[in-house]
Amino acid sequence: MPRGKVVTNVLAAIGVGTTDALSRWLSNFGRFWVFSGYAASFIPLELSTARGWRRLLPQCFYIGTRSTPVIMLTGMFIGMVLIVQGWAQFDAANMADRLGAIIIISLCSELGPVLAGVMLAGRAGGALTAELGTMNITEQLLALRSMGADPIRYLVTPRLVACTTLAPLLTCYANIMGTLGAWAVYAWVYGGESEPFWFYARQTVELWDVGSGLFKSVFFGAMIGLVSCYNGFHCKPGAEGVGQACTQSFVVSFILILMLDLFLGFLLNGLYAMWFGFRSLI
Amino acid sequence: MADIDHPIIELRRVSKAFGRQKVLDDLDLKVQRGKTTVIIGRSGTGKSVLLRHIVGLLRPDRGEVYFDGQRIDNLSERALVPIRRRISCVFQLNALFDSMSVLENVAFPMTENRSGPMDRRKINDLAHKCLEIVGLSGFGHKRPGELSGGEKKRVAIARAIALDPPPDVILYDEPTAGLDPQRSDAINKLIRQMQNQFNVTGVVVTHDMKCTAEVGDRVLMLWNGKFIADGTPDEILQAKDPHVRRFVLGQAEPADLVTFTA
Repeated sequence: MPRGKVVTNVLAAIGVGTTDALSRWLSNFGRFWVFSGYAASFIPLELSTARGWRRLLPQCFYIGTRSTPVIMLTGMFIGMVLIVQGWAQFDAANMADRLGAIIIISLCSELGPVLAGVMLAGRAGGALTAELGTMNITEQLLALRSMGADPIRYLVTPRLVACTTLAPLLTCYANIMGTLGAWAVYAWVYGGESEPFWFYARQTVELWDVGSGLFKSVFFGAMIGLVSCYNGFHCKPGAEGVGQACTQSFVVSFILILMLDLFLGFLLNGLYAMWFGFRSLI
Repeated sequence: MADIDHPIIELRRVSKAFGRQKVLDDLDLKVQRGKTTVIIGRSGTGKSVLLRHIVGLLRPDRGEVYFDGQRIDNLSERALVPIRRRISCVFQLNALFDSMSVLENVAFPMTENRSGPMDRRKINDLAHKCLEIVGLSGFGHKRPGELSGGEKKRVAIARAIALDPPPDVILYDEPTAGLDPQRSDAINKLIRQMQNQFNVTGVVVTHDMKCTAEVGDRVLMLWNGKFIADGTPDEILQAKDPHVRRFVLGQAEPADLVTFTA
């Protein structure tokens, strides 16, 4: 075959492959938003019936209560390690007593929500995908439909509500434990004085810092719930299909958390600058 | 003839394909009330796909599906709910909900918007009664994971009849698949009992000839998306069509043997 023909064939194959992948991605993207909108449309109905609450509360226990220890532990260690990393520099500049305030701001506005989101995606998101994926491949979703129960209303809406409402609460736990962890290392390992630690923390950390972190975590929670349920509902047959869906859930949730964090960061910082002006932390 | 003129289920020129694979091809079917219709065919010929069209879990690419004279293939999921209250399914993998007890599984169709408002005690009584009918009294507290294959199948049948009033139609997808001969026999007798006791119309999809002979009033064989045989179990057993003969006798098609002899 002439070389020109080979090149043309290779380029055509790349073109077809790219178009196929793009159209698959676009149709998946569209299906995801239709799925999400449909699940969200049941929220008022679910919250206004006793049966809806009976479906919601076990999910709150599973997603929230069961995730609390691991998220508190993560928050605590992050707070501790930030003090370890920052101590030498701040101490050399004779500003060690302000280190706590900087770390608490970082925790509340960035690290707390992101890490709580990532841990939630890893612990609860993967389990949600595995549970719904198994229900899917063992015909349980079909059985629900055949009995006149909408699987999205019955299974997805309670999980979406639980993830969305509990992500901020879990973020609070991460923030509190991170702050306490940071203070513990500051006071007990490096021998810093507690009074200036808390004084500068109170003076520097604003309600906005805490609120913006919690605001972000609402979006992270909703995204984790939707991505996990969507992947469970659309997983391929077999154990391998469920495994792939779980991996995909975590990876997609993780990337979306980071992307959302960036966009919400731009938005919230812009709003802060517009409403309150510039703020110096040091 | 009157009954077949007013079938409870009717498929008119139904076609369904998945990608390039044509599964149902211009298929016509009328299911008679109060009788058990068995659809046989090799694995992967579209028997379960056909069953799912009847309850609206799949939509045909072409053709029409009717239930009790009402066209259902164009109805929304919400509009299908009243139809689905009259049809119960026993799935091939039983589809019991792992997170619930056996009793909760059986009570589920009644609790989930099926029969209007019913108090909890009445639902539980009815669920216990259904478990008793399938010979599983005292199993209500167990989880599906603790049951054997035959017990799971019986729970699935109990769930299928757990409606007040009982369903008009029960669809059985491979009811004896994976069960030993004795348990298969018990399930076959249970299917017959459902028909006799509740006058339920049955549609059974299977490739088990013993099940076909025991439960079927009428048998159809699906081959390449079309029915190639239609008759009583005896007529099917005596059929001359080579594909039907081979299926009934459990003989491989020559094309299946090419792989081994090549």
